Amino acid sequence: MFTTRKQYEPYVSPFDPCPPIRVKTYVTAPNQYVGFQPPNLPQFPLHEALKKGTLWKIFYDPYYGPYEMKTKGDGQ
Amino acid sequence: MKQVPQEYYELLEQLQAVDFALVDLTLYLDTHPTDYQAIQQFNQLAQKRKQLKKQFESCYGPLQQYGNSYSNYPWNWNDSPWPWQV
Amino acid sequence: MWIYEKKLQYPVRVSTCNPKLAKYLIEQYGGADGELAAALRYLNQRYTIPDKVMGLLTDIGTEELAHLEMIATMVYKLTKDATLEQLKEAGLDAHYVDHDRALFYHNAAGVPFTATYIQAKGDPITDLYEDIAAEEKARATYQWIINMSDDPDLNDGLRFLREREIIHAQRFREAVEILKEERDRKKFF
Repeated sequence: MFTTRKQYEPYVSPFDPCPPIRVKTYVTAPNQYVGFQPPNLPQFPLHEALKKGTLWKIFYDPYYGPYEMKTKGDGQ
Repeated sequence: MKQVPQEYYELLEQLQAVDFALVDLTLYLDTHPTDYQAIQQFNQLAQKRKQLKKQFESCYGPLQQYGNSYSNYPWNWNDSPWPWQV
Repeated sequence: MWIYEKKLQYPVRVSTCNPKLAKYLIEQYGGADGELAAALRYLNQRYTIPDKVMGLLTDIGTEELAHLEMIATMVYKLTKDATLEQLKEAGLDAHYVDHDRALFYHNAAGVPFTATYIQAKGDPITDLYEDIAAEEKARATYQWIINMSDDPDLNDGLRFLREREIIHAQRFREAVEILKEERDRKKFF
């Protein structure tokens, strides 16, 4: 399934002082894929568009922090 | 200064929703100047925001000045609380 | 000219009196990839960019000023009633002795804003690539602030601002395509 979250595994040395973070995540937002926006793409209703920060659904890419993830459970 | 009523926030958010669509459509039209449908939507929303602005201002005072809104007597630009206060 | 409108672009809410978050947020007020830098960058570059994209730079630059006001509102609300103890605990004691609770254009580390954060090379492609990079940097900064914040209402506003960076980057990318475009040009052979 397509996701705007990508992962990589940094090299872990036996001499690293901190416990390793084994998987790092980064974002590739929708603007990396759309190219020149074609006409007539689906839109959100007005009020939802305001809350989401975009009129067009294709660009919607919400980001939650670790404190919110605990309660919301949305995958990053 | 008197606190604004709950209805202030509701009406404001209606205006913010329409204005947001107008902002996003503006940026879209800046790079898609020949999208006829988008321009139609833009003009319809512009009409709607005009009505909402009028409604909001009749309840809570001028949204803009420099003559883009009317004033009561005395000058009422400073009467309602500012956006960072509400 | 510009005409002020007495409303925020988005309804900003803050749920906890936590001046520590204000210290992070000030990065987007007076920091290198903040909203002030963004507004000044685009509104300055627009004079020497092809006519086809002048409107876009003007409109995004103007929206950035609205975002600056949102960030200012967040910082103001987070600090307005904070006690001196809270300010001290948040690491804002150095800010306080210079500014009390006034906002100031500096970054999260207290470094004052400087024009060297922005560039205007006068070469349209170069300037637009700087703008795309600036939007992506601001998007990343919002992510790091959201990661540090446990205030769901504040994060709601920050998510809106982050989403706008995505849209702006999209439009700047389209502007590059417009400037590359051949189809509208008369060909002389």
